[in-house]
Amino acid sequence: MTKINMTVNGKAVTREVSGETLLSEFLREDLRLTGTHIGCDTSQCGACVVHIDGKAVKSCTTLAAAIDGAEVTTIEGLADGDLHPMQASFKEHHGLQCGFCTPGMIMSGVDMVNRYKAEGRDVTAEAVRHELEGNICRCTGYHNIVKAVQDAATKM
Amino acid sequence: MYPTKYTKAASIDDAVKALGADDEATILAGGQTLIATMKQHLAAPSELVDVRGIDGMVGISLEGDTLVIGAATTHADVAGSADVQKHSPALASLAAGIGDPAVRHVGTIGGSVANNDPAADYPAALLALGATVVTNQREMAADAFFDGLFGTALEEGEIITAVKFPKAQAAAYAKFPQPASLFALVGVFVAKGADGVRVSVTGAGDEGVFRSEPLEAALGADWSEAAAKGADVGTDGLMSDIHGSAGYRANLIKVMAARAVASA
Ligand code: FES
Ligand code: FES
Repeated sequence: MTKINMTVNGKAVTREVSGETLLSEFLREDLRLTGTHIGCDTSQCGACVVHIDGKAVKSCTTLAAAIDGAEVTTIEGLADGDLHPMQASFKEHHGLQCGFCTPGMIMSGVDMVNRYKAEGRDVTAEAVRHELEGNICRCTGYHNIVKAVQDAATKM
Repeated sequence: MYPTKYTKAASIDDAVKALGADDEATILAGGQTLIATMKQHLAAPSELVDVRGIDGMVGISLEGDTLVIGAATTHADVAGSADVQKHSPALASLAAGIGDPAVRHVGTIGGSVANNDPAADYPAALLALGATVVTNQREMAADAFFDGLFGTALEEGEIITAVKFPKAQAAAYAKFPQPASLFALVGVFVAKGADGVRVSVTGAGDEGVFRSEPLEAALGADWSEAAAKGADVGTDGLMSDIHGSAGYRANLIKVMAARAVASA
């Protein structure tokens, strides 16, 4: 067992974890933050994306023990009273149907917009499609997701 | 996942000691392949020795005309580095096309090179650019490093610490990704440097990454798209699987080589 300290959605957390504990398991089972979804067991769907120190990462392909000291943000930590602009845009543009992929889509979308803004790049539809290559949605056909991310980019 | 032990190595010595103490221990450098493989129960290391915290393992520097990339540097950091973009723009764009953004934030160059997946991108860059793999024990030319499917010249307890790249006059990488895995169905890296033209191919070889003699000869004589398309690459040693036959891959090799030359 390894003792880890981290900040999850702004709160300090200290736990003992076994070496094989995935961050996704840690978040869902130990912290009961079930907004982070597990959509595959092959590290391909992106439903589990969270931010570690501000960067989008697949929590199902990260060991909890390896991120001692990190700052983790999950979908539950995004809204600050009101919905985050990315969440509001997904709602507005009907960017979700069953909602299973949505936490990952939103966390990846926020990461992308933050990076593009920092680098002064345009959040074009083509760029969004490329950036969301690691996020799979079985319902929407993606068009409204792309619209939602582009719209949120104008509000973030 | 099967139970495993996690150890964060503070130094190379620490890591070597941990690896030496346990036959089934392995290095964790990013885990974007290793952890996925462990989840499938295709690997069950008893201990994961994380080398990312070791001093000097992360970072990018220019030593004269040589670009030095620490083994635990992530794909995103390579892609975004001004030094890499200036010295080897082809390498920066290759790194920007590995997997997806979340994978690029965690996966590392050392991990990719040590794993030598037959469809990975980095091995092609090392081979075509004539890079040198630096370990805790020695330096090896890329030509002597890659050794068949998932095989390398690494010995037990040997840890990649950095990769050094010479500067090419012109270079580019073109990849036809397998859309589900985002690995290369075929990827071709072309480079014109001090010792002539070097062309490497990933995703297509039965024995993993390789240099293409026909393409090197064709592009050495005439650095053009037409020369790439006209090369006789043949199907010997090429892979056939559900994604494509050897013949299909042979054609893609020429098409990707031509695209690479066009963008170099
Ligand atoms: S659950 Fe992490 S990628 Fe599918
Ligand atoms: S909304 Fe159902 S998977 Fe995306």
